Order: sequence, then structure tokens, then C-alpha cells
Amino acid sequence: MISFILNSETINTDSHPGTTLLDFIRYGQNLPGTKIGCREGDCGACTVLEGTLNGDTVKYKSIVSCLTPLGNAHGKHIVTIEGINLKNLSPIQETIVEQSATQCGFCTPGFVMSLTGHGMAEEKTNYQKAIASVSGNICRCTGYKSIEKAAENISELLKNKDIDNPINWLVENKFLPEYFLHISEKLAQIEPMSNDSGLFQIVAGGTDLMVQKPEEIAETNINLFYNRSDLKGINEEKGNIIIGSACNATDIMNSETIQKYFPEIESYFKLISSEPIRNMGTIAGNLANASPISDLSIFFLVLNANIILKESDNTRTIPLKSFFLDYKKLDLKKGEFIESLIVPIPTLNFKFNFEKVSKRTHLDIASVNSAIYLELNKDIIENCSISAGGVGPVPKYLHQISNYLIGKKITNGTIIKANEILQKEITPISDIRGSKQYKRLLLRQLLFAHFIKLFPESISLNELIS
Amino acid sequence: MKNLDSKNHVTGKSVYVDDIPVQTGTLSGVILGSPVAHGKILELDISKAESVNGVVQVYTFNDIPGKNQIGGIIEDEPLFAENEVHFIGQPIALIVATSEKIARNALKFIKVEIEELEIITDPREAKEKGHLLIPPRTFKIGNVKNSWSKCDYIFEGKVESGGQEHLYIETQGSYAYPIDNGSIKIHSSTQGATLVQKIVARILDLPMHKIEVDVARIGGGFGGKEDQATPYACMAGLASYLLQKPVKLILHRLDDMLMTGKRHPYSSDFKIGLSKDYKILAYQTCLYQNGGAASDLSPAIMERTLFHSTGAYFIPNTEVTVYSCKTNLPPNTAFRGFGAPQGMFVIESAIAKAACELNISKRLIQERNFLNEGDEFQYGQIAENVNISECYKTSIDKYQIDKIEKEIKDFNSKNTNYKKGMAIMPVCFGISFTKTPMNQARALVHIYQDGSVGISTGGVEMGQGINTKLIQVASKVFSISPKRIKIESTNTTRVANTSPTAASSGADLNGNALRIACNGLLERLKETAAQMLSCKLSQITIKDEVVFKDEVDSKIHWEQLIETAFLDRICLTENGHYVTPVIHFDKTKEKGHPFAYHVYGTAIITVTVDCIRGIYEFNDVKIVHDFGNSMNTAIDNGQVEGGVAQGIGWATIEEVAFSKEGKLLSNSLSTYKVPDIYSVPKNIEITPLKTNGPELALLRSKAIGEPPFMYGIGAYFAITEAIRAFNPNYTLDYDAPLTPEKVLMRLYQK
Repeated sequence: MISFILNSETINTDSHPGTTLLDFIRYGQNLPGTKIGCREGDCGACTVLEGTLNGDTVKYKSIVSCLTPLGNAHGKHIVTIEGINLKNLSPIQETIVEQSATQCGFCTPGFVMSLTGHGMAEEKTNYQKAIASVSGNICRCTGYKSIEKAAENISELLKNKDIDNPINWLVENKFLPEYFLHISEKLAQIEPMSNDSGLFQIVAGGTDLMVQKPEEIAETNINLFYNRSDLKGINEEKGNIIIGSACNATDIMNSETIQKYFPEIESYFKLISSEPIRNMGTIAGNLANASPISDLSIFFLVLNANIILKESDNTRTIPLKSFFLDYKKLDLKKGEFIESLIVPIPTLNFKFNFEKVSKRTHLDIASVNSAIYLELNKDIIENCSISAGGVGPVPKYLHQISNYLIGKKITNGTIIKANEILQKEITPISDIRGSKQYKRLLLRQLLFAHFIKLFPESISLNELIS
Repeated sequence: MKNLDSKNHVTGKSVYVDDIPVQTGTLSGVILGSPVAHGKILELDISKAESVNGVVQVYTFNDIPGKNQIGGIIEDEPLFAENEVHFIGQPIALIVATSEKIARNALKFIKVEIEELEIITDPREAKEKGHLLIPPRTFKIGNVKNSWSKCDYIFEGKVESGGQEHLYIETQGSYAYPIDNGSIKIHSSTQGATLVQKIVARILDLPMHKIEVDVARIGGGFGGKEDQATPYACMAGLASYLLQKPVKLILHRLDDMLMTGKRHPYSSDFKIGLSKDYKILAYQTCLYQNGGAASDLSPAIMERTLFHSTGAYFIPNTEVTVYSCKTNLPPNTAFRGFGAPQGMFVIESAIAKAACELNISKRLIQERNFLNEGDEFQYGQIAENVNISECYKTSIDKYQIDKIEKEIKDFNSKNTNYKKGMAIMPVCFGISFTKTPMNQARALVHIYQDGSVGISTGGVEMGQGINTKLIQVASKVFSISPKRIKIESTNTTRVANTSPTAASSGADLNGNALRIACNGLLERLKETAAQMLSCKLSQITIKDEVVFKDEVDSKIHWEQLIETAFLDRICLTENGHYVTPVIHFDKTKEKGHPFAYHVYGTAIITVTVDCIRGIYEFNDVKIVHDFGNSMNTAIDNGQVEGGVAQGIGWATIEEVAFSKEGKLLSNSLSTYKVPDIYSVPKNIEITPLKTNGPELALLRSKAIGEPPFMYGIGAYFAITEAIRAFNPNYTLDYDAPLTPEKVLMRLYQK
């Protein structure tokens, strides 16, 4: 039995946990305001809000209902466009009307939900955050300028929001219906789902599996990991950062621990899919999907991360570097799952950078991505790790170039030489993300970008290409 | 006035086809598309699929009671493949089941054996082998052949422009059910209700009056639902008619992308000749249109390419030829601009090439060759009320082009990692369907006893705001509050024989028909008022819902007037019929006056290219646009911004890719990228050119749908300018879209 609150109603359903929340909402509950655009999380027309009980308050975030297995809604408050409608338009809806930020209207409920979710966050709002909230919403009509203006005005309207209790403030100011005040009590009454121990297909955020094989997920037995509280949390322990495997990209991006060591994390993670997808997709899912261009794999490969694999009571720890065996092949036995990711805390004076280039800068899959981790002694490289995606069958840890750079002085000449080694180490193929010639050139450029960004004083593009 | 639909949009209450509450027992359809791009069907066995639990019926061409033919201009496209298949995704069968899931799962049980035949995806190869959809056409003016010897400079080149996926967010779909008297009612997400009605009638061998087509609104069209909504309405209609049950057919996005046609890719050659002072004396171009496997709207699109191949310029000696080539791709179709962007990209490329070779700014050539009053287009129409020079001059003055150019030069001299580029894109676009008979429309207006008004026209609301503009027309003619007026759905039983809402002409045609209908009613109401006040009709006016006699408030309110008229047995219903005057075109001579008027404008586009990564950001698009006297600036500016973003998308990141086997590689939203909120220009500034507007535009407010799309072409040339600033070895080429991949390869071209 899956139980959750849909808008103001409590739902108890025996529907298959692998069917999509979208179909349940539209065809099961006759709430047609949530639209179907692509069924792969790439348009945002089906955006809804997911509220999770946290103490006695409820925290909300945007998700795409097309990739949400119904079972992931268990114990949550799911809010559709119908669930935020008041007698009069909410100030967010009103602003969209005023700015003519809707034309054909088909994408509009998604935009409204994303912006409403933005308003419900327990943090100060600003224009950039308002725009980020609609980073997963595609509009084919407006050209977005009117939506930008609406987002600007909305962030202004939310300026005085009470960030300790945004829901109360939003209800008082007629952004949300009153029933929102009583959701936490209702959620507290729903029993958590018991962890299934069967050896079934594990489904976490659904952002890959629900694209790849939705029919299969909707019919077979599945093991839901998305709400596994035992697999959540990001903590610092004995010189390591431990990231629970059910943490999503947003959890990582917003973690104070991560931010302490990677203050630019937000600028890197903004290049990874969109806000709702980051709100859903888990670290374990991204690793286990084994995509050769997996952004999180590339990111953590250079940090010398280990993963803990668990099978009933047995655990084993392996380096992330050795997890990827071949195209879509992992060092993962039947019955094993990823429990956590162990990231050694970087030493002082380390340097890190992440680069990603795709056809569209945001909400796209990389043509090539790359990360670099350096430890320096003055201008000598003492330790070096470089990874790259899209240039081989797996997210690649580049041993040869990494080893080559150790002990070298940071000069333009070194980087040029390093590229020669790099080019021998990679085996890109031509596909829809680019020709192999392009991927070779692009990775060279991303290598240059790492060093130009980290050492602007000593490294310059002119010198590198002269 | 804001788009009247917007309140329902933001609350999720607007109803699209898939939102209509379904009748009990509604069935779902899923289409089996051809797995190969060209072949002979040796065997088609549906029996196993039909025996799947939950499958109600599987339909093929054998089941069509009428003609298995959906071709509009030319009858060359079957609804279901019979003996051959001509593109991947071509419908072969429709599975109807109790749920979409069951229907989809049953697909694998249909057995099709196909003997593969030669696959052609390249239009030039198709032309070489004689595979043309229709014979080529040529438009000429002056004498190109004799002009080359008079030119001081002659340049030649090759130009490629890619396809474009419409990516309306609402996919194609229809819901059909039987109604009384053996009729079928179809809710279709279409831009052309009559076309759907006509073709469904043909498929079912029924008179058109037995097919009722209704369109409340559509979730984006952009031309993609002008002709290509029809097959899905036909299939839903067919199943519903044969089973006498309600049937819904909503395409999955993947099926929509696979099966439907897109903007036509073109491959072109040009030759351009200039005098020493940069006057273009001669221009010859030959364009190979990739039509796909059937004609669809290709002949009409080819025609618009011919009309607009000289862009915003007057070239005294021009010869332009278009070949509409048959290939094994989905039949390409209408898309905002309708062949004009492809033609304009070629002339702009030719000018760019000349400027590059002569080492001068492109705008030096552009500004010396703009169309002038009284110039003759290559199709014989004499240019009137030409505003292109005005738009250009206003744009370079207002936006200080010299300053922009200097800033870019300074920036580029100081920066290596980033380079900026700028381009100017002038637009001249003709308004009217180029097929003259299509320029007609009707409006049906009811005034109800309580004074409220209901309006039906053939116009389909797709976000462009036509319904709002229609309300403005009625509200203005009657001088009543817009609140009293409702726009009804587009329905073939209320307004018949309509043209599709397309060619930017929806508001002009339907709005003028409405204006005529409202004026007819107004005359009768004035007669009633004159009787009530015992005066002459000429003394009566209605202002703000009150009747005035000789400019004096008579205290007779709109509601009282209507009630009196009703009791007097005055007809409170009127039908307005409008045909665009003046226009004509003689295809035997390829000369005439096909357009009611032209829309003009100029855009200045600036871009910053990241020369390390090959990615780019558009800084500004600064536009002077000739709206005429815009009747709704909020709606019209929205059309400009949306058109610009879509045009830039076509020129930059939107890449439709097919394999040599005719397989769509960019087959989903994860592989086909349209602009998102971060990729549109940081700033779009729109200045309206001050004019009175032409009489043939609705309330002198010019058509707005398509012209702004072509500003996006400037994006291509802005980027190439930035690449040239970085890489002196780069030889300018013309191969849209200019993706980050192409940019990086060109930045480092040796």
C-alpha cells in the first residue's frame, strides 16, 4: 500500500509502485493540470512539488512526475497545480499573467509549480535562484524574456518571506491555500514503507531507469531506495566525507561539509541537468548507471573516492576508479548495492576544477566533461588526478596524464606535453554528442581550461595553442 | 490587453485534447511505424497482435473504407503504408486497445517483413537520380546571364541549412467518438480544422458534414500542426468510426519526433556579382529542398523560398531555382517562416562571403542594397510602403552601431579567451497565403439576449493570442467591455471551409471577417436605437456600452438595446466573410501580386564566444520592428521574443540529425536541444518603427507570427565574426546550425 497526500487529499493506493506519478495524477486522479511533454524529465511540463516531513515542518522541492515512481511518493505531500489554486490567483500566478509569460499555456503549470517551489524553500530568495528554479522548464513560445521578468518580480515579492517558516508566511500572503498548515500533522500519521529485502531491480530517484525502461519498472518487482533514511546524510568522519548513496545532487550541492572544501560546488553542479532532476537523481544512481559521461562519476573520480558495496551483512570497499569495468559494466555483484561514497578530505592547498561542455550549456548531457584535482608545492605538482567523460566506454580516470604531471612544474610547455599523453589515453567514438575529432579537441581544450582557470597568471591560451 | 487565456493557463485549467474528460470505454491507439526508410512490404501479419488480451483491433490500409490518401496539395501520401514504405516511422498499422500500455506492448507482435530498397537522404543525390516531388520552379527578374560581365566582383559558394523539430510541448493528438446520425466528432490538436475534416471524410468515404472537428486550443503549433495533425485525427477517426467507440490517440514524444516532418533542410549554391561600390548587380541561386518522402506542404514552402530568396534587398538581375527533392525522411512540413528563412540564409551568406573576400563590413553591402519604394520583386509585385531602410537607419542610430562596433573591436583586442561578434539581420516578409484562394475567412457572431457575445471563427488559438485580438476587434466595433465577449472553440459545424491558422495571417483573415460581422450587427442595432430614439441612424453612436444620439448620452444601455432588438425580432446573429483584396498570382508567368503587404525589421545581434570551450552566449538582440500600428504590444512583443529565440535555436543548437539509413538520431529531448532559459539572449530590446500600418492589416496592426523568426539568422553571422576574430585561418562557411562542435572545430581550423 502506497500512502501519501495529494494536494489536500490522503491517498492510499495499491497501484504498482513503479508506475509513474504523472499517470497516477492525470489518469488515476483526474488532475489534468499536470501536463505530459516528454516523459524523460527534459521539459518540466509535469513538474510537481514533493513535500517531506522534517521534524514538525514540511520541506518542499520540485520534481518531475514523469520520472517519479509512484512508490517514491509514499509518505510525501505531492502538490499539483490544482493544489495551489486559491479563489484568486496567487501572486506568482498573477505575475506570470501580468508579464505575459504564458502563450500556448501547455508548459505554464510546470513553470508555476517550479516558481512556487522556489517560494517555499527555507532560504532567502533572489533572482538567480528564481531562474534556477525554472532551469528544468522548457517553453517553446515565449523566448523566456517575459518569464525572466516574471521571475524577477516574483523574487521581489518573496523578499520578505519568513525563511524560518515560509509555509505560514506563504499561506498568510495568499500564495498557498490554508490546508498547507495542516500537512505536517497528516504526514506524521503515515507509516514509513518497510524496506524490501528482495533481490529486485533497485530504483532510486528514477531519473535514469524511468527513461530507459519505464515499462519494465512498471511491471516487475522493484526495490525502492529513494526514501531510505539509512542511506542518506553527508558527514565528516575520520578524515573522510561520507556521502550516503541515496543523497541526491542537490543534497551534495547544498551540503555545508561539501561547500567547505568545494566553495564553487554550485557553479559546477549548475551544469548538471536541472534543478528538479538534481532534486531526484541520487549519487548511487548516477554511478550505477555507468554512463561514460556521468557527471558525478567524473567529479568524484579525481577525489580518490571509494565506494562501499553492501550485500546483506557483507560489505566491501573498492576505489571508485575500479568500479567501472567496461561500457555499462560494473564491479557490482548480484544483490550488492552501493551503500555510500567515501571521499578523503582534500589536503590544504589543493586545487580542483570541473568542466563540462554540451550542446546546450544547461540541462544537457555532456559531449565531454572533465575534473582535475591537484596538490601543489609552490609551482610543482605533487599530486594530480584527472578524469574525463565521453572519451571512452566508461567515466575515465586518466592514469597516464595524471602520473605524467606529478613532479612537473606548471608551465605552458608542461600542459602541451601532457595533452600529447592525454590524446593517446583516450578512445572517443562519434555519436550524437559529437564526432571523435571534436571530442579529442574538446578534451584538450578542457585540459587547457582547467589550467587557465586555476593558474591564470602562468598559463595562457595564446601560449598553449601557439 | 493581456492574453485572455492566461488566467486559465496559470491555474492549469485550460483544456487541451488529452485533458478532455473521456467517455466510459474510451480506447487508446498506438501506431506501428516502419522500421526501415525504404522498402517493399513482403508480409504484414497482425493476427498475433490482435489476439493479445486487451487489444480490440489492429488497423491497416485494408480497413480504410474510403481512400487511403492524406496528401493535401498532391495526393501522394497514404495514411497507412500499402506495398512500400518510404521513411522510418511511416505508419503501417494502428493498434487499438483498452489502454495505451497494452497497445504499446502489442507492437512487438505485429510481424512485418520488408525488403530494403535504396535509401536516399541527401536532396542533391535525390535530384541527380530524378527523385523530385514536383518539377523545379524558377523566378527571374532582369537578365542574370548578361550581368556577370558588368560585375566588378563575383563570388560563389555553397550553403547548408538544417532541419528543425517543432517541439510544440503538446504532442500531436486526437480524441474521436461517434455521435448521432453516424457522424464522428474529433477533438484534434490541429491548426487546420477543415483540413482534418476533409481528409477524415476522404478516408472514411463520408460527406464532410458527418465529420465534426473541434479545437479548443493547441499547446503550440509553429506550423507542425498545419498539415501533420491530420493523420492522427484520421486514425482516431477511423478506429472510432469502425468500432463505434471513443478512441484517443496521443503521440508519445518519441513517436512524435520519429514520425512527423520538420523544417526542410536545404542545400544551396549561390553566385553573387557586385559593382565596385558594392551594389549587388546579379544574384543566382539554386536551392535543393529536402522534402522527405511525400509532398505535404513542400510545393508551397518551395514557393515561399522563391519569393523571399533576395531577402530585404533589391537585386535587379536575379534568378532563383528551387528543386523539391524526394528523400527517405519523414515528409518535411510547415515551420514558422515556411521556406523563407532557408532562402534568406543563402542571400545573407552570399553577402557575408562578398564582405569577407572584400575585407569590408557586411553591413556596407547590406545598407547599399535595401529594397526601395517602387522596386519590383522577382515575382512581379511592386514594393509599396517599404520600411526596411527606415528600420535599419533607426536601429543603427538608436542602438549606436558605431559604439557597438568599437566596443567589440576593443574587447577583441584585449581578450584572447573570449571574442565577440556582431551581425545585422534585415527582414522583409510577405503576408498572405501564397495560394490566393486560401486568403478567405468567416466569422460567426451571436449576441445573446442578455447582451453577451459569442464568437466563432476559423482561427485556432495556439498561444499567439488570436482569441485576444478577436475580442479586441469585437469590443472595439461594438464599444463594449471585453468581459461580455467569449471566443468559442474552433468548430467546423459553426464555421466551415476555413484555411488553417498559418502564414501569420490568422488575425488578419479571421479578425477582418469578424469586423465585417460585427459591423453588420452594429448597423442593425443602430437601426433599433434610432427607432427607440425616433431619430436617424446616422445620429446614433454606441460608446462604452451606451447609446449616444448626436453625441449625447441617451441613457440607453447595451443590455437594454439588445433586449429591445430581440423583442423587435431583429437578427442578433451575423456571419462575416472576408477575402483579402488585391492579391493574385499567375503561376504560368511566375508573376503577380501575391502579398497583401510586407513586414519589415532589423535586428542587431551580438554574441560572446568562449574560445577555450567553443560555447557561446548571446548578449543582445536589438530590434527595430515594423508592427504597423500594433493592436496589442504585449502579445506582439511576445511573438517577437519567441520568434527570435526559435530563430536563434535553428541557427545554433537545434540540430536534427539522421543517419545514412534515414534513422533519426536526434530522436528525443535529451538529444535534440531547444533553447532553455539560460541560452536565450541576455537582452532583447524591441523598438517599434513608427508607422500608420497598412489598411490590409487588421486594425492596421501587421501580422507578427513569422517575420521575427528570421532575426535569428543573424546569430549565425555574429558567431562567425567572433570566430574570425580569434582564428585568422578560418575560412567563412555556411553550414547551419552552428553548434558548439562546429564552433570549436572552426576556432582551431588550420
